[in-house]
Amino acid sequence: MYRYDTMDRALVNERVEQFRDQTRRFVEGSLSEEEFKLLRLRNGLYIQRHAPMLRVAIPYGLLSSLQLRTLAAIARRFDRGYAHFTTRQNLQYNWPALQDVPDILAQLAQVEMHAIQTSGNCIRNVTSDHLAGITPNELDDPRIWCEIIRQWSSFHPEFSFLPRKFKIAVTGTPDDRAASQVHDVGVHLVRNETGEIGFEILAGGGLGRTPIIGQVVREFLPRQHLLSYLEAILRIYNREGRRDNLQKARIKILVKALGIEEFKRRVEAEWLLIKDSALQLDEREVARIRAFFPPPAYRCLTDRDVAADQEKAFKAWYRYNTHAHKMPGYRAVFISLKAPDIAPGDATDAQMDFIADLADRYSFGEVRVTHTQNLLLGDVEQERAFELWQALRSAGLATPNIGTLTDMICCPGLDFCSLANAGSIDVARQINQRFDDYDYVYDLGEIDIKMSGCMNACGHHHVGQIGILGVEKHGEEWYQITIGGSASADAALGTVIGPSVAKAEVAETIAKLLAVYVEHRQEDERFLDVVRRLGVKPFKERVYATPIAA
Amino acid sequence: MPRQLLRNGAVVADEWVDLNDAPLPQDSRAVIVGFDRWRNERDNLRQYAGKLGVKLEPAHKVEDLAADLPRLALVAANFPGPGDGRGYTQARLLRERYGFSGELRAAGYVRRDQVFFLARCGFNAMDLPEEELPGASAAFKTFSAAYQSSNDAGLPERLARR
Ligand code: SF4
Repeated sequence: MYRYDTMDRALVNERVEQFRDQTRRFVEGSLSEEEFKLLRLRNGLYIQRHAPMLRVAIPYGLLSSLQLRTLAAIARRFDRGYAHFTTRQNLQYNWPALQDVPDILAQLAQVEMHAIQTSGNCIRNVTSDHLAGITPNELDDPRIWCEIIRQWSSFHPEFSFLPRKFKIAVTGTPDDRAASQVHDVGVHLVRNETGEIGFEILAGGGLGRTPIIGQVVREFLPRQHLLSYLEAILRIYNREGRRDNLQKARIKILVKALGIEEFKRRVEAEWLLIKDSALQLDEREVARIRAFFPPPAYRCLTDRDVAADQEKAFKAWYRYNTHAHKMPGYRAVFISLKAPDIAPGDATDAQMDFIADLADRYSFGEVRVTHTQNLLLGDVEQERAFELWQALRSAGLATPNIGTLTDMICCPGLDFCSLANAGSIDVARQINQRFDDYDYVYDLGEIDIKMSGCMNACGHHHVGQIGILGVEKHGEEWYQITIGGSASADAALGTVIGPSVAKAEVAETIAKLLAVYVEHRQEDERFLDVVRRLGVKPFKERVYATPIAA
Repeated sequence: MPRQLLRNGAVVADEWVDLNDAPLPQDSRAVIVGFDRWRNERDNLRQYAGKLGVKLEPAHKVEDLAADLPRLALVAANFPGPGDGRGYTQARLLRERYGFSGELRAAGYVRRDQVFFLARCGFNAMDLPEEELPGASAAFKTFSAAYQSSNDAGLPERLARR
């Protein structure tokens, strides 16, 4: 993985000192609440329902075991012994004290981590495919390009006060595992007719109040122009994005207002003026960064069906919680953070330490964070999978549900977030209790539930095959259900099935939706495909056939 | 005592007068007019004997001022509040695209915590609140290096680059 040189290190340390000074000035009273807010947000520090929330950047979801241990140590010392992994591959602490934050940042800096630009109206932490570098059909390793973008966007002097936040995702395969089409900018590695590898650039995707799927701005961008093109997009956005209304300030609204053709024309015109500037990528710099992502020292192995003569529980886990690897004899192993009794995406300090040890023992000391709020050991020898499973199971980390109904994406909701209309964690629990029969869950095949506690859509509910959105009705928690969304290559927004349902009815409503699916599916048809084929009507009819108890 | 500001790293008296709608002074003092007034009275203002500056609001396009730059000794960008970052782009375009080499001044909501980025984008004068002036030049050293290219015209020293 990327390692800091003296320059990276100096910058991160200088940031810690800058923030220490700002915190001191705020505590002394020379910075107002409002002024400090803008500064602390640039370091991922929110004031939440109960306490500050600190969001730590995990660039493109990659962690060393040492970094994970440090995150665990911070959770133990400065928080309540746990942390939350987010849909943008970051990590959040929910209970740090304001005066400890500079020290937390200093401790992070020691292991080459930071909270820079994890919030605020600036370019946020860049995200990517959690299978980067190990998936069989990759054109190039997206992490190299992510790191280039990370550096370019860090402390960008021109784009630190944008109309609104700005999120970029990069993928290296035709499968989209980074939800790139609902990002402000999606960068896809592609090959053109002559075989050259470059980028397809999308813009204007996003969720929140106005969910929109991103549109193609450029079909093929030669690699050396990546940063100049991003700079052109950001410049148009910084100049022309709306600043009069927070709800209309994301780039998606600008793209929509101008129309993709006009937006494209403006970006291209700006780009022509800067493409041959110092922004052009230097081959040596790309090579320097590429050198940080060599394949680990794989052993020469062959593929084997290691689950064949094993017990049923292992078989299920191996099938659902491991993924194909480009190297024979290896698998990528998911660590599910979706055990029925925990908040989705939460991990305790002891679990993080334990996973760090497993990473050292089984996966070259690296851990990845997925945008679905799980962890992943990328390079595990198939022969050792059984051993690893036993270890994971002993720590409650082997819930065999990756890619199934109970692998829910879920924002912190009313329990932590001051913007929430409704709880999401207890609804997740309710769903887990209702669907505790694994045979039934496995029979449903590939499906996902995504849940947000309010319109801000941190839980990506619009792009869930089943989406759940918390709304408030007369001071009570209600839930609006959508079906048919997708965040993958076939990205789509879900359709609302009808009036929202009461909290106690959520799991039962889902059960009805699933029953319709099971009745209508043909062979291996996925839930999503059935919704696409039949529309929402039969689902809606079933759900509202009997009046829903309030 | 005349107002002071931070210019080229030093706290100095501000000899410029913000004219707003007032008539041009007789003594050819250096004056700043708003962009709208400049646009309306350009021919007349160009005849003024003293130095001229124009103040841009965030929505103004620097392209519309480009042809007049040779006559201007100063361009100011107004920052109406802490969150509006359009002035940063105005500055970079003035320096990098239109080669403006006169005084580029950040006005309005300008605080020590922005000084470093302002300087990187090309502002060499910053109209900070009086109480922030002492010690403000330390902000030029907020970071010792930069990841990305910019003109850095307001920085007293070069930053390390890779
Ligand atoms: S979706 Fe709403 S409730 Fe959930 S974390 Fe985001 S802002 Fe908070």
